[in-house]
Amino acid sequence: MIGKSATSRKILLLAPLLLFLGLAYAVPFFGVVRWSFTLPEPGIGQYRAVFTDPLVQSVFIRTLRICLVVTAASLIAAYAIAYVWVRGNSLQRMLAEFCILVPFWISVLTRAFGWLAMLSNRGLINTWLQSAGIISEPLALARNELGVIIGMTHFLIPFAVFPIASAMRSIDERVLLAARGMGASRTRIFWTVFVPLTYGGLIGAALIVFVFALGFFVTPAILGGGRSVMVAELVYLRIFQSPDWGLGAAISVVLVVFIGVLLTLMRRFIKPAHLVG
Amino acid sequence: MPQSMQLGDSKAAEIKAVSIGKTFGAFHALKNLSLDIGRGEFLTLLGPSGSGKTTFLMILAGFTAPTTGRLMMDGKDITDVPAEDRSYGMVFQGYALFPHLTVEQNIAFPLKVRGRFSAEIKRRVGEMVERVGLVGHERKLPAKLSGGQQQRVALARALVFEPAVLLLDEPFSALDKNLREMMQEEVKRLHQETGTTFVFVTHDQSEALALSSRVAIFNHGELLQVGRPQDVYERPDNRFVAEFLGEVNLLPLDAVKLDGDRAAGQFEDRTIILNKTTRLDGTSAVAAVRPEHMVITTQPATVDSNAITCRVEGATYFGASTKYHLRTSKGTSLAVSMPTAAIAPIAPQTDVWVSWPMNQGFLLPSGS
Repeated sequence: MIGKSATSRKILLLAPLLLFLGLAYAVPFFGVVRWSFTLPEPGIGQYRAVFTDPLVQSVFIRTLRICLVVTAASLIAAYAIAYVWVRGNSLQRMLAEFCILVPFWISVLTRAFGWLAMLSNRGLINTWLQSAGIISEPLALARNELGVIIGMTHFLIPFAVFPIASAMRSIDERVLLAARGMGASRTRIFWTVFVPLTYGGLIGAALIVFVFALGFFVTPAILGGGRSVMVAELVYLRIFQSPDWGLGAAISVVLVVFIGVLLTLMRRFIKPAHLVG
Repeated sequence: MPQSMQLGDSKAAEIKAVSIGKTFGAFHALKNLSLDIGRGEFLTLLGPSGSGKTTFLMILAGFTAPTTGRLMMDGKDITDVPAEDRSYGMVFQGYALFPHLTVEQNIAFPLKVRGRFSAEIKRRVGEMVERVGLVGHERKLPAKLSGGQQQRVALARALVFEPAVLLLDEPFSALDKNLREMMQEEVKRLHQETGTTFVFVTHDQSEALALSSRVAIFNHGELLQVGRPQDVYERPDNRFVAEFLGEVNLLPLDAVKLDGDRAAGQFEDRTIILNKTTRLDGTSAVAAVRPEHMVITTQPATVDSNAITCRVEGATYFGASTKYHLRTSKGTSLAVSMPTAAIAPIAPQTDVWVSWPMNQGFLLPSGS
């Protein structure tokens, strides 16, 4: 009796969220699904196009390539930051915390333009390298895939830090002491004990970053300069700048299904509580 | 268990701690501690929590640097040698097994660190697995093992590379009583088989007495007494050691006189005679007698014994022994522990004689 009423009270407390998600996401999404099967004529023609159209294919492949590179780069950087955050002295911890939290206060748009100011042909880096005489022609750092990767990695690092730091915190200090006591060098302890004990956090971080990266829109649009279009931007272009709503809708549905599969995998590997540290 | 197996080529080390001190901020964890640990001995560091015994073990292991003092091994100063270069075996509280490695891989770890050939690693790990009775569990992860089995893995991993010293930090604290006694036997056997120097930390006095060749008793960062189990139990230097090692009856004495190797004093109008002990200021002292050294009789005892009259207040039955609670006419309470079969049950409020041989009690300074 008590259990039952407690459960129904919890559902009642969740109701506003469920209502909001239903109205703001589920209903419009079903509209998108309907478009994908009805525009311009009923059928699965648009899905056939998603898997055969060379343009759509190239965007999907580019998206996957960028997401993989961004995931790898974010994990490496996040691992170093998390290590300092968890195992550094109090000053190092404070600095790391600062580096993790500050990006959350700056909008994605501002950060993308910030990177443009750094990376463009007349940006800070190229101007400095040219005036120092190191290069004569500006390096192509922005308005291409490299710029997109730099901007996205910068945005996604903090999200990778939390699960990794959480895994590092749960390592029993005595296990590391034991390894030292047996004569293992610090390098050996790091690679054969410390890193393997954080695999769970690394897998979680990789999935979060990858899933996040798949749907990136603002950063690739600005730093890619229209030359390295990712899936989200392609959907935008199909819906807003062409009459081809059906294809845009079908691409969206495929993306959502793919992300759903990845999230299911993630639930299998780690508990949601570990993702926030 | 194969008899021929020899861990053999390991050389047990001799350790000398000289005036070791350790402070954490304003807290003195260890005060001016000097202690010699003999080659191949089984030394137990015994004390309540916070007494400094674990700090001393961590200093021996090289995980903690002493604030003052030096540490010597076989005549060489090792104070500044880091833990990884001392490479003593160590069994941690909670075992600290590598959770991502199997039993076999855990035991092989110190050998891999030493760059041994894989054939040798395989052979030695196999021997060790057999020695600690883990055959059939080689491929399991630690989480799949019971507490006792994890304990065996920890012991095997600490001994497989034939360390000169094995340090054990409260290794049995998580085990239930039966398993604990089994593991104590096992550790004692491993000590005899390997001949390595064992330094063992515990807060359990019966464990310390049962296992060690010597016991070092710690309190408040000080080393109070070191000696063979019989010596510290039967001839403690002070009241803390006497009471920490087991229950003891304390009888305040007046007009204490020393006479040869005996001391005599007055307890509630009766003369008590005891072995003389070293330290004595003034004429008052305390006679300390273990409950199991006293007997209850209905007649006054023989001339070689001390005897006082008491009234029985109650009894607690422990199976093999029964403990009687008594009180003297002037109100001092006593406990006497006797084999249950030795006397017929005594009803409460019976007046009896309590006696003990003159060479069984010991004299302690009054006060402290």
